[in-house]
Amino acid sequence: MRLFDVIGPIMTGPSSSHTAGAAKIGLVTRAMLGGEPVRAEILLHGSFAQTGRGHGTDRAIVAGLLGMHPDDPRIPESFSLAEKAGLAFSFTTGTLKNAHPNTASLTVENADGESLSVVASSLGGGRIQICRVDGIETGFSGGSNTLIVHNEDKPGCAAVVTALLARFGLNIATMQLCRNFPGGYAVMVIECDQFIPAELARELEQADGVARVTRLNLDV
Amino acid sequence: MAIDSIAALLSGAAKAGLPLWEHILLEDLREGQGTREDSLRQMRRLWEAMKASGDNYRPEERSHSGLAGGDSAKVQAAMAGGALYGGEFFQEVVAEALKVSECNACMKRIVAAPTAGSCGVLPAVLLPLLRRGEDEEEILRALYVAAGFGQVIATRASISGAEGGCQAEVGAASAMAAAALTQLRGGTPAMCAHACAMALSNLMGLVCDPVAGLVEVPCVHRNVVGAVNALSCADMALAGVECRIPADEGIDAMAQVGASMDDSLRETGAGGLAATPTGKAIAGRLAEEG
Repeated sequence: MRLFDVIGPIMTGPSSSHTAGAAKIGLVTRAMLGGEPVRAEILLHGSFAQTGRGHGTDRAIVAGLLGMHPDDPRIPESFSLAEKAGLAFSFTTGTLKNAHPNTASLTVENADGESLSVVASSLGGGRIQICRVDGIETGFSGGSNTLIVHNEDKPGCAAVVTALLARFGLNIATMQLCRNFPGGYAVMVIECDQFIPAELARELEQADGVARVTRLNLDV
Repeated sequence: MAIDSIAALLSGAAKAGLPLWEHILLEDLREGQGTREDSLRQMRRLWEAMKASGDNYRPEERSHSGLAGGDSAKVQAAMAGGALYGGEFFQEVVAEALKVSECNACMKRIVAAPTAGSCGVLPAVLLPLLRRGEDEEEILRALYVAAGFGQVIATRASISGAEGGCQAEVGAASAMAAAALTQLRGGTPAMCAHACAMALSNLMGLVCDPVAGLVEVPCVHRNVVGAVNALSCADMALAGVECRIPADEGIDAMAQVGASMDDSLRETGAGGLAATPTGKAIAGRLAEEG
């Protein structure tokens, strides 16, 4: 644990796990979707479901979807701001299998009709983990610039992606390969040290076997 | 992280011939990519946010549940009326701890130190000093000392109520503040360690029992205890009082105590004050309101 995990983060209260982490889940989901979300269905699980209202978990997730960071003082007013921004959202509570107590499942859609489903947990201290992207199991923090490639599970896909990253001068910090079953649908999660440009994503989308590319760049 | 004990922290600083705060800063840099200037800039940013964390306090405001708010204003009014025990400084510490914690409960911007639930402790002891002309550069150095001691607590034990109870949140915040206060008055690194150890041992066993699971009752008032405990322990350490159990052993004991706590006493809102008839009635009312 680094020094600024002990003092910090600067955040809108009252809870680093239930409020700051929740806002970050919304923010990371927004970044992965790309573009303004216009619709969001959110399910809260465990402690998020039980104490989420009192902790502002619901308002924090919506704030994140609107692009607010965990220290944004407008988090308490996010519901009315969502209305102005044209984001329609709904909340339900339920139980997710084998999930951390502070977990949310989000299905979001942008103005172009693209949709994305994310399951994410808040681990404490404002740190989060993205557990699922479009149903595929993952495990990344959203704390680094992250490239997410949805592809067919077949030989050569990882090589194409890493070659392209090398050509754009991007260094890989971590890389995970996840799939639903052999030869099925796969997701590559690549955390990079540098900003991931849109041109790289566009080129990747043209590659054989690649179904979809999403980018998460921090501080944009 | 490189430093996993208070003993190593003190001996490392002595060996490097550096003040404690600078050794802590440099050790942290070894873990990542940033520079010394980045680190100082970040600490300054945190301090500025801490200073502002009570600015949006409004006496009439209440949290979403209605449980938290207004208490700092009551203490401030009683202070003005001259009705309270303790000197002016002590009273300000109490009022400040309540203020920042109440702001947190009312969804305002605070600095987790080490957690949001314990965010009132460090500002409660530092802001009254600032108002009395304490040098801000010295406060920044004290914050490094606080963070360094907190880092060892987080590594050897925990700074999460769900893992270790309130001793890991308000207890840790109090230990961090005690070390910072000792440093600010020119205490030696060994004195800082004694202050930290005493603060932690005084709050050992404190359970996390939030009513209705919310960071409000008893969290807001416990921030006051964390702050005044820090002051007392810093005073004892500065006077030369030593903790009979070394800081690292105290931290390990706290980890053990946390691990042996029943689940109902670790942020589940199922035990302690949360399980009292009134605590349960409040939780029931809030659940009905949805």
